[in-house]
Amino acid sequence: MASSRPTYISLSILSTFILLLWTEFASCNLGRRPNDALDTDFSVLLEHSFEIDDLPRFRRRGSLELRSGREPGVTISQSQLSEEDRNMLKEVAAVDGLYRIRVPRVSLQADRQIEKQTDGYLTAFVRACAMVESHLSDVITLHTDVTGYLIGVSIVTLPGACRGVEVEDEVDLESFNTTLSVMGPVNAPPPETALFIEQIKQEMEKKVKNPQEQKSFFAKYWMYIVPLVLFLMMSGAQDQSGGGAGGGAANGGGR
Amino acid sequence: MSWLKCGFAIFLYLLKCTDAVFEDQVGKFDWRQQYVGNVRFAFFDTHSQASKKLLVATEKNIFASLNSRTGELFWRHVDKTGPEGSIDTLLVHGQDAVVVVGNGRLLRCWETNIGGLNWEIVLDTGSFQSAALIGVQDFVKYVAVLKKSAISVHYLSNGHQKWVENLPDSDTVQYQTVYSGGQGEVLVLGLVPNSHIVIISYNIEDGEIMEQTSVEAPWMSSLEESCVVVGAGILLCIDPITLSLYTLPLNSEEKAEMNQILLQSLDLEVAPGFQPVLTATQPHPARPPLTAFFLQLGPEHHILLQLSNGIIATLRDFKPSRLAAFATTGEKTVAGVMTPKNETACSINLFTVDTGRRLLDTTVIYHLDPNGGKPNKLHIQAFLKKDDSVGYRAMVQTEDFALTFLQQPGRVVWSREEALADVVTMEMVDLPLTGTQAELEGEFGKKADGLFAMVLKRLSSQLILLQAWIGHLWKLFYDARKPRSQVKNEVTFETLSRDEFNLQKMMVMVTASGKLFGIDSKSGSILWKHYLENIQPNSAFKLMVQRTTAHFPHPPQCTLLVKDKETGLASLHVFNPIFGKKSQITLPTLPRPVLQSLLLPLMDQDYGKILLLIDDQYKVTAFPSNKNVLQQLQESASSIYFYLVDTSQGRLSGFRLRKDLSTELIWEVVLSPEVQKIVAVKGKRPNEHVHSQGRVMGDRSVLYKYLNPNLLALVTESTDPHQERSFVGIFLIDGVTGRIIHEAVQRKARGPVHFVHSENWVVYEYWNLKARRIEFSVLELFEGTELYNSTVFSSLDRPHPPQVLQQSYIFPSPISTLEATLTEKGITSRHLLVGLPSGAILSLPKMFLDPRRPEQVSDQSREENLIPYAPELPIRTEWFVNYNQTVSRVRGIYTAPSGLESTCLVVAYGLDIYQTRVYPSKQFDVLKDDYDYVLISSVLLGLFFATMISKRLAEVKLLNRAWR
Repeated sequence: MASSRPTYISLSILSTFILLLWTEFASCNLGRRPNDALDTDFSVLLEHSFEIDDLPRFRRRGSLELRSGREPGVTISQSQLSEEDRNMLKEVAAVDGLYRIRVPRVSLQADRQIEKQTDGYLTAFVRACAMVESHLSDVITLHTDVTGYLIGVSIVTLPGACRGVEVEDEVDLESFNTTLSVMGPVNAPPPETALFIEQIKQEMEKKVKNPQEQKSFFAKYWMYIVPLVLFLMMSGAQDQSGGGAGGGAANGGGR
Repeated sequence: MSWLKCGFAIFLYLLKCTDAVFEDQVGKFDWRQQYVGNVRFAFFDTHSQASKKLLVATEKNIFASLNSRTGELFWRHVDKTGPEGSIDTLLVHGQDAVVVVGNGRLLRCWETNIGGLNWEIVLDTGSFQSAALIGVQDFVKYVAVLKKSAISVHYLSNGHQKWVENLPDSDTVQYQTVYSGGQGEVLVLGLVPNSHIVIISYNIEDGEIMEQTSVEAPWMSSLEESCVVVGAGILLCIDPITLSLYTLPLNSEEKAEMNQILLQSLDLEVAPGFQPVLTATQPHPARPPLTAFFLQLGPEHHILLQLSNGIIATLRDFKPSRLAAFATTGEKTVAGVMTPKNETACSINLFTVDTGRRLLDTTVIYHLDPNGGKPNKLHIQAFLKKDDSVGYRAMVQTEDFALTFLQQPGRVVWSREEALADVVTMEMVDLPLTGTQAELEGEFGKKADGLFAMVLKRLSSQLILLQAWIGHLWKLFYDARKPRSQVKNEVTFETLSRDEFNLQKMMVMVTASGKLFGIDSKSGSILWKHYLENIQPNSAFKLMVQRTTAHFPHPPQCTLLVKDKETGLASLHVFNPIFGKKSQITLPTLPRPVLQSLLLPLMDQDYGKILLLIDDQYKVTAFPSNKNVLQQLQESASSIYFYLVDTSQGRLSGFRLRKDLSTELIWEVVLSPEVQKIVAVKGKRPNEHVHSQGRVMGDRSVLYKYLNPNLLALVTESTDPHQERSFVGIFLIDGVTGRIIHEAVQRKARGPVHFVHSENWVVYEYWNLKARRIEFSVLELFEGTELYNSTVFSSLDRPHPPQVLQQSYIFPSPISTLEATLTEKGITSRHLLVGLPSGAILSLPKMFLDPRRPEQVSDQSREENLIPYAPELPIRTEWFVNYNQTVSRVRGIYTAPSGLESTCLVVAYGLDIYQTRVYPSKQFDVLKDDYDYVLISSVLLGLFFATMISKRLAEVKLLNRAWR
């Protein structure tokens, strides 16, 4: 229990450090493209952490190049895992440790990017063994809210399971095979009143157009009504003899 | 054509689903209890001797009349909740009850016999101060209402305003009291704190100020708290600093200064730190108050005093005494005083007010409930006996909101538990097995300990069974001789046992006042109650069943987590849900605020589920916490995850338990509180079973459901209230990995959002701002036509996101609460139980809320029995499960499975409590009441004999043929 406090201290130190790093990064970014508001690129640091003792120590994994404006999109550029990291990842996988990633909380709209400083990070994790066994093929999804602000990040590996398969080839653990996507909220559908009214109107029109359909109700649907009436009569008779408890006779099959 | 066809399909479906109660079933499986809430004002109707009305106005904004003989409701008026409907004062005269509602917004007069409204008028704005009935020449004709800056007088007969006058200097003077002694004048008393009193006398006829005087009173800070009017218009005040009484004649000409009488000079002593309280009585509004009054000098010390000719005389000193009250019948006024007798009982006695003499044979013994609160108010109903002596009944109000009505010599005529008007949370617990059943269970439950011991045990348990059977037979024989009416079916602890289909359960209800109740679900009778003292009024409660009844001989165990919302500090109350007894288990100390509690499916060696409490330093406390538990926790620590929600920062964070019971943060999702605020987060119910893994579609393929047990549904509302930009957000988040499975926004929508999360669906309800209507929306999650891993679900290994289907509907009524039915195995189709503000509970088939309802009917959709899409959800009166038994102000609905798969037990609570059973798919597993056993058995027997005879005949024939 006592170990938790030092963790947080180290975490905060680390985060301030990264924050400093980040601000530097952003300014240089702005310097590159000062006036292009419609199609701005900026990048966000993607960090990962995998440690034997499971205390998160995040370091750079790559950067997410975000393109906002007319066609928002995101690409990832990441370096290969070093020899040291590969061994570390394998060791962590062996003790069933976690592979964590984190991104800063930013807005994907570049213009808002300037006003708001990052406050905090969004973290996600997978089991390190899943990372190893999938040969570093992962799917990272960035979730935004309605204003385009990042609210969450998720990571899954394909395949996702840990079967205890040994990864022999070191080459498999060298480079990431990442599928990246940005997901905003889906608009929930309102009740489909327009379509329904349209359908009813069409029915009405059909009826008016087709004089054959102008037959009386009973003449047209006697084949439905007669069995129904018979059915009702029969069930009614059954009900009267039965006295009727526990529900209508129509579900007599329930016995 | 197709439209009509689909109309027919709906018609046929509805025909199948009509689901109402038959007349002879009313009250057979259901019951309702009506409550009024904590009583603020209570008046016995003294209009006539035979009257048995008790008028009450309560903190729940309810004005009601109770039958003082039985405690039942005559009538009840439920006003708006909140300050808008709060009852400021209640004045009763004859058959009229005058009520001021909503801080002086409305003045109403009710007819007390049938509860009809005589009249109602809207008062001028201004905060309400006081109101009084005004009599002229022995007739009560007017009502005066004093507001902060004006006084108005109304006719009692029709409510019309007689006159209204602005009060002079109302910005400096606080007018607090209005008084009339019946001499045609209205006195308004105001106060400039710590300076002087202002007395204004108005003419009752035209509202003209007749006299205005001010009297020095530099010691006074509140007129209402420290002064009463005694005798023929003498203002009597008490100063708690100098410990003296002040008198001031209101009517006489010279109102120069107040006359000070030191309490010391009367040989009276105030208990240290106690604010002395004066109580006077004015039996008839058209006559001046009595000269006798009570002065409370300490928590257990009252004294009856008399003021005559400016001299205060002690009539009687009551020490010790808990409560005192005046009561009037006819011309006689008496005082009732409650004195503590011993630890568990109090006695109430009557005294005359003119001499202080004790009336003979007027003792009522009141037994304090050891599981209840202390008495805090006494109401006396006095009446004249035939010999002109005074008899009385007493109503004691206790701090746990209970009312007890007593009769001489101490018989409890009735009692009402008004705490039940505010149920916060509840659970249903299975009843224990009967002694014999338990014995058998015990035999098979224990581990084998040798052949001989087992045989002995078996023989002994069979002997016990035999004994019980003989006892049962004897009881049957004995009861058969008695007339049927005498055989009582009362529910007591002895007769309390599980029935065949587990339809009778124990309802454990937790109320906001901190009183717990155990209620039998079949009859609704309260079997036990327990009052938790020192509960802060705004505490949050969480009730958990740690051990069910299934683990005989270990008693069932419930744990109530009480959390103070301000400090966040929590305490545990562990008890047996069947008997209500507090458990002797040592409780963990919780010195830090508790953020989250977690009931694990892991059990300790005594079959109690392990409860984890996470404090604000993310440390985990386990309860129970012994070696076995800690070992189990260590073993399974890596698979225990939990989440915390911080609504102020919009932060959701996931944690994993470590072996040393510390935790580590593993994921974080942050919803910016500048954009949206988190309204509610709901997981699935842990006792929910899903029977079918998928749905068979029209083409015979299977669509598998996405059944993630760790899925959380989170609802947000936009911070921006503008119509165009406001929205309701729905997030489906995996509670283990923090993965956002689905994120949807309902544009131009606003709360309040009610939602249910179950199986693979979420149903939520919101207000559509643009169309100005209530809408329902349903989300269903499917894995697709192939399952990723059919054997086990792991949040860590589900890489593919589910397919999400959504559809919305219009609902033609606002709703109060939403819940889904729950059955034992989940085979029965689900219904949604919708509590409507009208008090009805609608059982809406989930079938209508299915995102796969097709807009165009096709053969495949017909094959699947999908109802064609219609934008509006129907409300059919047959679907009201509570027929005419409306449940006022429904706050929550609780559902519990029963032993019968078809049956779900439902309890709706709010102001009232209603219990019933629902059968979402009809009673498919029950034979009807009128099932013809005679016919079926005679047919069977007939067939049996026919086979026997024909067999015999065939044998004879064969034999004959063989001989041939």
